Amino acid sequence: MTAMAKTAATNSTVLELRNLITEFVTQRGTFRAVDDVSLELHAGKTLCVVGESGSGKSVMSRSILQIVDPPGRVTGGQALLHRHRTARGSDFDETIDLLQLDPKSKAIRNLRGRDIAMIFQEPMSSLSPVHRIGDQVGEAIRLHEAVSKKEARERTLELLRKVEIPNPGKAIDQFPFEFSGGMRQRAMIAMALACNPTVLIADEPTTALDVTIQAEILDLIRSIQDESDMAVMFITHDMGVVAEIADEIAVMRFGKVVETGDVYEIFEKPQHPYTQRLLNSVRELDHPSARRLEMRETRAIGEPILVSDGITKVFGSGKRWFGGEVKGFKAVNTANLELRKGENLGVVGESGSGKTTLGRCLQRVYEVTDGRVLYTNEAGQERDIAGLTEDQLAEPWRDIRTVFQDPFSSLNPRMTIGQIIGEPLVVEGKLTGQQIRDRVHELLELVGLPASAYMRYPHAFSGGQRQRVSIARAIAPNPRVIIADEATSALDVSIRTQVLDLLLDLQKRFDLSFILISHDIAVIRYFCDRIAVMYRGQIVETGDTETVCQKPQHAYTQSLLSAVPVADPRVRGQKQRVRYQEAT
Amino acid sequence: MPMNSKTETDPRALVQSPQDFASQWSLIWIAFRRHRLAMTGAIIVLMLYVVAAFSEFLAPFNPNATSAADVYHPPQMIRFIDRHDDGGWSVRPHVRSLTAERDKFTLKTTYIVNPDEKIYLQFFGKGDPYRLWGVIPMDRHFLTTADPSERFYMFGADRLGRDMLSRTIYGTRISMSIGLVGVTLSLALGLILGGVSGFYGGRVDMIIQRIVELVISLPTIPIWLGMSAALPQDWSPLTRYFAITVILSLVAWTELARVVRGRFLALRTEDFVTAARLDGCSRKRVIFRHMMPSMVSHIIASVTLAIPVMIIAETSLSFLGLGLTPPIISWGVLLKEAQNVRSIAQAPWLFIPGGAVFLAVLALNFLGDGLRDAADPYAQDTHQ
Repeated sequence: MTAMAKTAATNSTVLELRNLITEFVTQRGTFRAVDDVSLELHAGKTLCVVGESGSGKSVMSRSILQIVDPPGRVTGGQALLHRHRTARGSDFDETIDLLQLDPKSKAIRNLRGRDIAMIFQEPMSSLSPVHRIGDQVGEAIRLHEAVSKKEARERTLELLRKVEIPNPGKAIDQFPFEFSGGMRQRAMIAMALACNPTVLIADEPTTALDVTIQAEILDLIRSIQDESDMAVMFITHDMGVVAEIADEIAVMRFGKVVETGDVYEIFEKPQHPYTQRLLNSVRELDHPSARRLEMRETRAIGEPILVSDGITKVFGSGKRWFGGEVKGFKAVNTANLELRKGENLGVVGESGSGKTTLGRCLQRVYEVTDGRVLYTNEAGQERDIAGLTEDQLAEPWRDIRTVFQDPFSSLNPRMTIGQIIGEPLVVEGKLTGQQIRDRVHELLELVGLPASAYMRYPHAFSGGQRQRVSIARAIAPNPRVIIADEATSALDVSIRTQVLDLLLDLQKRFDLSFILISHDIAVIRYFCDRIAVMYRGQIVETGDTETVCQKPQHAYTQSLLSAVPVADPRVRGQKQRVRYQEAT
Repeated sequence: MPMNSKTETDPRALVQSPQDFASQWSLIWIAFRRHRLAMTGAIIVLMLYVVAAFSEFLAPFNPNATSAADVYHPPQMIRFIDRHDDGGWSVRPHVRSLTAERDKFTLKTTYIVNPDEKIYLQFFGKGDPYRLWGVIPMDRHFLTTADPSERFYMFGADRLGRDMLSRTIYGTRISMSIGLVGVTLSLALGLILGGVSGFYGGRVDMIIQRIVELVISLPTIPIWLGMSAALPQDWSPLTRYFAITVILSLVAWTELARVVRGRFLALRTEDFVTAARLDGCSRKRVIFRHMMPSMVSHIIASVTLAIPVMIIAETSLSFLGLGLTPPIISWGVLLKEAQNVRSIAQAPWLFIPGGAVFLAVLALNFLGDGLRDAADPYAQDTHQ
């Protein structure tokens, strides 16, 4: 380990940002996305940059290699790469200011990918869909080093092996679409490692992945770092991931770094009020909400109100033109589930597990292939709504409402907030125009939005505010059941608890029952009384939330829970990871 | 009830704009106004339609009035400063008179400037009587000769001594309106078939899309030729005009049908459309209240881009002699005059209607491009 010896002897800072400023010049003025940021990256260490959406952490990382999308421009500061302190560097002092280089020059292209490599959030769009994995990784090598094709291929094989892609001999000739999300991200990492970079910038590399795969990718990055003494800048919004991987932390807010420090220091003694709040909201989640427990004391959970009796949903099946049947995809496979009155039921599972489909079947947005959906209405009559037509569903749809995942696409951009919230009332046709207006104002107040929102359009609101609009629309016709499909996933952590608390307050007031669909165990633990775990279309385990979270019975639940990162750096590495292999 | 919705505002945030209250249309307008090329296009298109609307008033002469003495009269430049013989000057629009001289040997006519004679022009002067829009009898013209017996030729004259400026102005009306009428027809077809195709999907979609492909794969020019050749020769020019627009739109609806279908497919899966269904909206309300507003802007953009195609199609058909025929005046009919080599050599100004086609098509394309870019104002506002 000569590299180790070299860096340990002296200063180990390999990349240094000094007063970095990046601005976006728009019609409406100059927007300073990165405001006077100074950071240091040390060889062999991981610096986690944390911050909520829009805090400028991504732009900051892109500024280093000058790949900010126009109209963004680096307008000040320095980004010093101390090459002499790296394994590749020579003995004499060689410091390069990356920001002095022309963004299109050969000099900076030489550094990109060789000294500093990047991996991005979305592995599907960062890989070229028309080239084989091997060619893409090989190109990264051949761009920077004069090696033959054959040699590059051998090195590629080795890299694929290093990132633990199974059967690299076969994978090298496959296309990205043949890979799963986790495999694609591994291939991206292989590409980034192609030239043994000194610095790896990872921009939310695990955000698009399921927790079990996220845990594996984090393991991989850590093990590679141990081997190669690489400095990693890891950008994330997830404090759990931070606790898992960071050596140092930089907290960003509104384009500025508000706090930097050692991982233990920040987690245990956060100085800046924003960091404190951020950590508090993270810690608050992951525990049962006090508000909910208090509510349950006074109000008991009632009889089943919405029951899924063996629901099966198959997509894309049907007859072909010339006879023969197309076998569809079974998204939900005989799911049995019941929601009781006044209860919060959580449905958890990874992407593609069928949890959203189940929710939509329960609401009968989708036709149900098989099974019954039993809904007990206010008068206590139980009714199977699986076979109803759209016209007959009008009444159950007033009782069972939805809060959608994406606060951007779920509100019609062409209607004002008042129109959006009032729509179910207008369609129902029972109230006069003035009554509807009054009701909408009442609803706006209930969800904590100003009355001035009435005349505005959705684009004037932030994600959290939009989700409040979505909630107001859901409760407008006085429903009894609300299905919230990943209602908080698109929101920042600090806003997440706010929205969940709002839902709990509404539950207290209007005696609602909730089904919360989420991939995030922490959110479910905070909000839900009972939990159902889905895996590949099947409900593998149901039970009381705390019981399931503490003593999971099914092997899949165990693996899921063991993969969830805990927001405490002290427990790092202590948890035993369980991997779940489905019996075939 | 505790509503801790108070969040700190981003100190970097730019000043809140009135766009918060802006509706879809005002956002489109804001985005469109930034598009300079499209704004220029919009102004030119507007001017062309003004010309089309008031062509009788704007044209100096009756477009069918011939003058045997002015065959292939070249264009004249309008001068505003009138120099008197005594050295003084005044502002008075006029043109220099040209006299025809015939070469004794070659019999070629050449026009020579007659320095002594000036033809004075007058704004809002009296000229050939006409009926505005076929109804209001008038005889004032925007610009005509002070002496009604004299003539001037800004764009020259054709082989019968007819004023090309007047003819081009009259041609604007037919050429620009055939685009509108044709597009209206194909829009109706495209909206219905595309909408049905996109909304219902499945087998209906299959069949309609195959029909669209069939129509697209037909070679258009021979089809136009064949269809217009099949029109009875004894039809009146006006009937022919309508028949031609129908023929043009029968081929042009496919593009619009695809745009509409695509928008429907894209919107059908949007969460807010599902939300509208769950709000209890009827199918009709979902389409017209929730989906249509998001499509209108895109449809307007594609309509704007379809008009120039129509104009070009009419021009080419008429140029080939199978579209409109005299006495109807359209740019294509006028260009038919410029079909032979003789006219190129002797009277290049017969191509001026081609310039009008060029201008109209270019302006409409710029306008359509700008509209298409502005149609989705939310797509551009990502960097706020």
